[in-house]
Amino acid sequence: MKKKMSKSARNGFINYGLVIAAFFVLRLLVGAGKLSNSLQSLLVPACCYMVMAVSLNLTVGILGELSLGHAGFMSLGAFSGIVTAVALQGAIPSVPLRLALAMVVGALVGALGGVIVGVPVLRLRGDYLAIVTLAFGQIIKNIITVLYVGVDGKGLHIALSNEALRLAEGGTTIIKGPMGAVGVTKLASFTAGFLLILITLMVVQNLVNSRSGRAILALRDNRIAAESVGVNVIKYKLMAFVTSAALAGAAGALFGLNYSSTVASKFDFNTSILVLVFVVLGGLGSIRGSLISAALLYVLPELLRSFDIAEYRMLIYAVVLILVMLCTNNPTLRSLIEGLKEKLGSQKAVREGKGGGANE
Amino acid sequence: MKKRVIALAMASAMTLGLLSGCGGKADPTPTPGTSTPVSQGNDGAVTIKIGGIGPITGDVAQYGTATQWGAEIAVEEINALGGPIRFDFKYEDDTGSADTAVSAYNNLKDWAKDAPLVIYGTTTTTPCITVASETNADRYFQLTPSASSPEVVAGKDNVFQMCFTDPYLGTAGAEYLKDKGLGTKYAVIYNNGDAYSTGIAEAFLAKAKELNMDVVTTQTYPDDETADYTVQLTACKDAGADVVFLPIYYTPASLILNQAKQMDYAPLFIGGDGMDGILDMEGFDKSLAEGLLLMTPFSAGAEDERTVNFVSKFQEAHGILPNQFAADGYDCMYAIYEACQQIDGIADMDSAQLCDALSQVFGSGTFAVDGLTGKDMTWLSTGEISKSPLIFKVENGVYVDA
Repeated sequence: MKKKMSKSARNGFINYGLVIAAFFVLRLLVGAGKLSNSLQSLLVPACCYMVMAVSLNLTVGILGELSLGHAGFMSLGAFSGIVTAVALQGAIPSVPLRLALAMVVGALVGALGGVIVGVPVLRLRGDYLAIVTLAFGQIIKNIITVLYVGVDGKGLHIALSNEALRLAEGGTTIIKGPMGAVGVTKLASFTAGFLLILITLMVVQNLVNSRSGRAILALRDNRIAAESVGVNVIKYKLMAFVTSAALAGAAGALFGLNYSSTVASKFDFNTSILVLVFVVLGGLGSIRGSLISAALLYVLPELLRSFDIAEYRMLIYAVVLILVMLCTNNPTLRSLIEGLKEKLGSQKAVREGKGGGANE
Repeated sequence: MKKRVIALAMASAMTLGLLSGCGGKADPTPTPGTSTPVSQGNDGAVTIKIGGIGPITGDVAQYGTATQWGAEIAVEEINALGGPIRFDFKYEDDTGSADTAVSAYNNLKDWAKDAPLVIYGTTTTTPCITVASETNADRYFQLTPSASSPEVVAGKDNVFQMCFTDPYLGTAGAEYLKDKGLGTKYAVIYNNGDAYSTGIAEAFLAKAKELNMDVVTTQTYPDDETADYTVQLTACKDAGADVVFLPIYYTPASLILNQAKQMDYAPLFIGGDGMDGILDMEGFDKSLAEGLLLMTPFSAGAEDERTVNFVSKFQEAHGILPNQFAADGYDCMYAIYEACQQIDGIADMDSAQLCDALSQVFGSGTFAVDGLTGKDMTWLSTGEISKSPLIFKVENGVYVDA
């Protein structure tokens, strides 16, 4: 038991180490002017998608419930974060503080969305969460598309049309219905993205390695057995799902504040599936896999621009996804990799011989 | 197990074959316009890099490819003139989303390095607003062929539009109906999930109110994938509307026309520039569009020499008729070309200086360009274009002046 704990703790530290090392390497490259403009512009959104992938992995890989509306929580976070950042423009001049507040609000609103979806649905057995989250993503998209939000001296105004907003003079409209949020001052920075990834890792890894985390894993593996030993199903399911939604909200806020305009249709079903693809290709339940696959697969279509085959980059992207899927599921390749792993860490492997790979 | 390995190997071999096949096909016919190397400047000509951005994959790819192809024809012509200014053209895909557009823009910055770069695009509104604030901060001149929201140019001195703004088109539509005395009861059907459609509809409604026009009903639908418009049409019919304003794209419009006919409802339909292209839709019964009015700056059926030349080149290269997006793209290149000719000392300028110089020329109010989409087009200092829309009527399956 003790050895297993130390293994997962070591895994966690390797994840922190990887992220921190990547951050400093990239920072150095940027400082030395070695990183092209296009790669630099990908840093913040890549961080957002990494957080999205890790948080979705909490629902899909660790809790074992399929969610098809993760972008809906990102959308909630993005727009609430933008509204917070714009509304506090006068009150808080400090950019990092305003960004942090926006991300906190984004996380809270995302969590609220998670509670609203989770409370009725997680009581059910079966694939209902997938269906409901799918609808939830669409509902959020459609609501924000017709929503007008403005701020003036009296506070926030929310309406369903531009005229109904009735802003006092000097007020600004933050979200303009189908136009989305326009004219937002960019606040996001790579450092903020890096910190958000670290916080996400801390939250998710500590949750998974805690008493609650073991209850969540037990629920995933055998609900009836877990219930029979007294695990509160709804409580632990909600805990994982809401945490996941909150982290997605924070990532959304960072994403929204990285562009001067954001529309609700950005966070549609396709975005949810994109994140799900990151999670599945990275390996269900593997935090490090999610981090790496999100980073690589987000940057890949942009890297393909620099070759002569730019016209076919989306085709190549799809082919790469299929190949990764085939390769990771190929038993021969798998046993090859396992063999390599064993050779590399023969002593460790011997020690953990009976532990089994369920934790990976 | 062995079978799987073989299958995998074959799959990879096939994809490789596919890709190499693609590469082979792409090589002998390089995209027109992209072939001019920068170094060809030893005859004293200045080469300016034009970085285009627009969707060439994804849901709105048809608009992006149109603006790309239209501009490519113009670039080819301009370079063939052998004048003092040459263009080096590159087009990047933004899939119609803002974050990809920013990556595409940064990619173009890397491509240009220190050479003077002008940004052409983006095709759709949302990415354009985002890219415009980037170019405004980085000081690159930007001209968009078709991003029509006023937000695109608002507060940015370096961004100009080739297309009408949405409110302008809505106002023009209301004024036209009033002037011609068309109809007594008006209805509007628009897509309230789309900035373009909402922008035109809101301006139309405001102007109609001002002109005391009797708008009996305003109907909305959430997105262009909607397939059934009978609810909206029934509401218009029940309200007794004899003119229905459709500030929407031609795909949903074609369904609306069809469904109106099925329910024996035949008001006068009038659309904006998004309606252009409806006659060339595959499988569309042209008789449905009989009598349809549309406001667009361009008609591929026009008979002036430049349009005929452009249409024939476009058809030869791509096999389809150009729409107004392509024509706007073509005009963008000539507008930049003519503005560049008015700048002294352009040879020594970097992107930021060129941006200031071009912004000054475009914003001067006296700079006028003749193009396919209008004669004597000028720009306001805000970045909006001033040209008048042509109103066409569909008769016997072709556009005629209304």
